[in-house]
Amino acid sequence: MANWTEQKAHIAEAELTLIKGGAGKPLLMLHDELGFPGWVKWNDELAAEHAFVIPLQPGFGKTPRLGWVRSFRDLAGLYSMAVREMGLDPVDVIAFSAGGFIAAEMVAADPKIFDHLILVGPMGLKPEKGEIWDIFPVTIRTHLRRTVADPGTAEFGNIYGGEMTPEQFEAFEDARAESARIGWEPYMHNPSLPYLLRGVKNVPTLLIRGSEDQIVPAGCIATYTKAIDGAKAVEMANVGHRPEIENSVEFVKIVQDFLKE
Amino acid sequence: MQISYFTERPYRGLNEDEILKNKAYFAVPNALFDREQAANDYNYYLDEYCYAEELGFDAVALNEHHGNPFCMGSVMNVEASILARITNKVRIVLIGNPLPVLKHPLRMAEELAEIDLISRGRLVTGWVRGAGSEQFFNNANPAYNREMFNEAHDFIVQAWTKPGPWRYEGKHFHYRHVNPWALPYQKPHPPMWIPGVLSPETARWCAEHRYPYLGLGTALGPTCDLWDFYADEAAKHGYQAGPENFGYLIPTFLAETEEKAQEIGKNFVFGGGQNAFSRPEHTLPPGYNSKGAIRMLAKHPGGSWLGVSPEKLRAHSDGGRPDTTDFDTVRQKLLKGYGKAQKNLQLLIGTPESVLPKAKTLLRVLRPSIFVFFNIQGPVGDEDRKTSMRLIAQELTPQLREYAKEIDLVDPFERTPGSVAYRNGVTRDPVVDREPLAALGMAG
Repeated sequence: MANWTEQKAHIAEAELTLIKGGAGKPLLMLHDELGFPGWVKWNDELAAEHAFVIPLQPGFGKTPRLGWVRSFRDLAGLYSMAVREMGLDPVDVIAFSAGGFIAAEMVAADPKIFDHLILVGPMGLKPEKGEIWDIFPVTIRTHLRRTVADPGTAEFGNIYGGEMTPEQFEAFEDARAESARIGWEPYMHNPSLPYLLRGVKNVPTLLIRGSEDQIVPAGCIATYTKAIDGAKAVEMANVGHRPEIENSVEFVKIVQDFLKE
Repeated sequence: MQISYFTERPYRGLNEDEILKNKAYFAVPNALFDREQAANDYNYYLDEYCYAEELGFDAVALNEHHGNPFCMGSVMNVEASILARITNKVRIVLIGNPLPVLKHPLRMAEELAEIDLISRGRLVTGWVRGAGSEQFFNNANPAYNREMFNEAHDFIVQAWTKPGPWRYEGKHFHYRHVNPWALPYQKPHPPMWIPGVLSPETARWCAEHRYPYLGLGTALGPTCDLWDFYADEAAKHGYQAGPENFGYLIPTFLAETEEKAQEIGKNFVFGGGQNAFSRPEHTLPPGYNSKGAIRMLAKHPGGSWLGVSPEKLRAHSDGGRPDTTDFDTVRQKLLKGYGKAQKNLQLLIGTPESVLPKAKTLLRVLRPSIFVFFNIQGPVGDEDRKTSMRLIAQELTPQLREYAKEIDLVDPFERTPGSVAYRNGVTRDPVVDREPLAALGMAG
């Protein structure tokens, strides 16, 4: 298991909590709407060659909520500031689900901020077909189960198995509340984003989606590939919204190969 | 003492199995809606409120819910407007308009001013945050619910009292031209009573604004705790709270015989009753509850004030919707709850004679000056509903009024809430009497 640490960084008026671990070229990771699930196998695999920088989203417990952040675009502005202040740009980024929404807003505003852009089951765009599944009118357990094709996946059980502790329940509710606050309407997408993404040129972009994803439909990937010049899409078979957990071996290989391009 | 009449105006044409199958009233598919049934019900309930006036109730109370056959009042101001014209002397109490859900406080100020004008000053307006399910129905961001409630309230008071035109740039609401021509009949504005289900944040806000707080059939012990909390907050704001600051709504059904009352009274748990208002996932939208409330739910998920038991939360967390539950077993469980609620005095069922001592106990313990009788739920016929109203008005109420006088339950029209000064350093006067609770087997 690679070493990782929790650190603080003052960005704008925020005291951002960051997880850092690994060695090599920095890799910004933007976690999803349920919060950072912890350092797991795929992090370990990539940490041999990549130095993870993982901001914990404001309002999700560790980083205090910022009242002025009222949209994913605001949050993207904050993270862009953080990347610049830490001198990381241009940085490789891997972003999951709602984290993908943040990364897309960042690159739309400043295409030079990323060296490689990897979006995994990204929200943020209205799918050309289907809907992004509504995560708000369900309980946490229902939501969690829907993120994977097979709830029997060992690592899924390691992260979320057993009785939910009061601390876990509270952390999930924090994450849900903050996601609702900034993503309630329009639901987890920004209608102007596809237009702004058309200005993104020469940023190697990879879209990964599990074939059994029940949260983000294939229509989202189709919209992204149309919006971002040269974006490539990979579909991983037999996994859901958490391909990095359900098939970490294939996932890591896809990511490593892409980052070497 | 203000005696008020209230009904949820239940849709009376729904098969109970449909509610049980859906595990809640909210989200029962509207394919089951029948327009003739609804038209009859709406008209009947308006007539029923007129009957309440004839019977001598001081006030008629309305509420609203959305997408829910539990309560037909989806736009309460429409009914209030009609009642403003067709009644003559009852106060029209709104408990209350869900401000964050409706999202248009200027329009609300105008609508209520019209109702107050048409009724020539009989409006008592109340505000609520809206149940969890209303946030989904109206696409109101639950994470901003409390902020929007506060801002909308403050804006409406200004719209009624600050001469226009003026411009408003708030956080959630923005208006270029605030100058409502129709202003309330009552000056400076209609009184406000705030209903709630024991949220300390709401009680604190009420105490700060000197608004009476109405407990909606809440459990006696915790209600006493909340009254004390309110009174402590009131003392911080320099006044002694009293009966004029408190109201209580109690589900009640009376009949000529105990047997009949008990049989028909079961309709309070029809479809699961108010505990089946909405499923947990609709009751707890993200960000709707305060951090403190969430922490309490996490540690003690049985907290009834959120309306969600740990079993219910677990059962609904498995992603299941309709299932093959044996509805008879469910009904048996509901009936157990029906008995328990009567024992705890959260339901009054019986004849005027059997109910009188229980109602008096409620008055003695909680000392509310606003007492709201909530009529039966479920598909109960007009005559039985009216019989209960008549018995409440003619046989129960006179004795309750006498008793209220005896124990000095001064109402908000006799003494302005917040008008009794509190002197620093002096122990505040008690606002509840917990002594009878021990005899009822409840913690004092």
